[in-house]
Amino acid sequence: MFEHYLSLFIKCLFVENLALAFFLGMCTFLAVSKNVKTAFGLGIAVIVIQTITVPVNNIIYQHLLKKGALAWAGYPNVDLTFVGLICYIGVIAAMVQILEMTLDRYFPSLYNSLGIFLPLITVNCAILGGTLFMVERDYNFPESCVFGLGSGIGWALAIVALAGVREKMKYSDVPPGLRGLGITFITVGLMAMAFMAFSGIQL
Amino acid sequence: MNSRQKEVLTGPILNNNPIALQILGICSALAVTTKMETALVMSIAVTLVTACSNAAVASIRLQIPSSIRIIVQMTIIASLVILVDQFLKAFAFGISKQLSVFVGLIITNCIVMGRAEGFAMKNEPGISFLDGIGNGLGYSAILMLVAFFRELFGSGSLFGVQLLKLSRDGGWYDANGLMLLPPSAFFIIGFAIWILRTLKTDQLEEA
Repeated sequence: MFEHYLSLFIKCLFVENLALAFFLGMCTFLAVSKNVKTAFGLGIAVIVIQTITVPVNNIIYQHLLKKGALAWAGYPNVDLTFVGLICYIGVIAAMVQILEMTLDRYFPSLYNSLGIFLPLITVNCAILGGTLFMVERDYNFPESCVFGLGSGIGWALAIVALAGVREKMKYSDVPPGLRGLGITFITVGLMAMAFMAFSGIQL
Repeated sequence: MNSRQKEVLTGPILNNNPIALQILGICSALAVTTKMETALVMSIAVTLVTACSNAAVASIRLQIPSSIRIIVQMTIIASLVILVDQFLKAFAFGISKQLSVFVGLIITNCIVMGRAEGFAMKNEPGISFLDGIGNGLGYSAILMLVAFFRELFGSGSLFGVQLLKLSRDGGWYDANGLMLLPPSAFFIIGFAIWILRTLKTDQLEEA
């Protein structure tokens, strides 16, 4: 049993890395990776939100939306999966808001260092993507907790690594047309190739 | 069609491309481009959602209180995406399976949100609709370009029609497996940006 969860964890951390294998959260990934410090702060925020929202959405999906899930309320044939998208995005927006208020109240230093990135997480596709993958693969509750944590850490790892590479790149002589966005794309491509070396790992 | 409408419609394709210049909506641009077919469906879906959400947001822009505008926009966009998702499931089930989570992810596609917030909140519904179409086209242009190279060199076909006969079927063309894998999309977009910025030097960034 434990090995199953460990295998899932390793899989979503490296093999199916949300950023480098599925390209989720790319907009923030490219825009906020200019230095390691902010990238690290954003990574932590994504880990927290992902670890909370995926299991919460899992509960909503398994007990309210899935076909037959409303049997406990006396509606065994109701299939509400089509309203899923609105529910999930609502949960994500609400969670981000709650986290923002909690941090503001109890951890003001962390709140200040995250700044604008917290509300931006709502529209980070890695978060919604994580939830949608959880639904598509029909994870149960413990699996969804592991998946949320693992995929969040995977994304954070990728953005910190990219920020590290970009900081060093300041010293290199890039052709004018490639400066900024262009060379970043190519760097990410090379990193994605490196991450592909993990493919096929099974514990 | 006056010059402003024309500019709004065609500007985003080359001069102000959402993907190449504004860094918006990249996630899905990379993941659905292994085949022309899925890329085309995705382009149409995003263009429609952007245009309709722009028009809807613009027509109620004077009524939306600014403190809850993000949630209002989100709800409009999510409803449109649900429509698209259900439509694809009903009439093109195979493609909807291939696109998997990426149809749902149109909600968080920054192009849709960015245009609703940046353009539709300040303009009339008609011109906002055109702006949505224009930005959708700019997105589609990059998507189709990437998909063209990936499908042609990765599997020797376009829209599923075999153009280059593969060596495993007795032909002459050795399929380039890298093109079907994620990293190739990054390289193609990177080079596309390089070419675009070499031609249009005003888009250059400081190092």
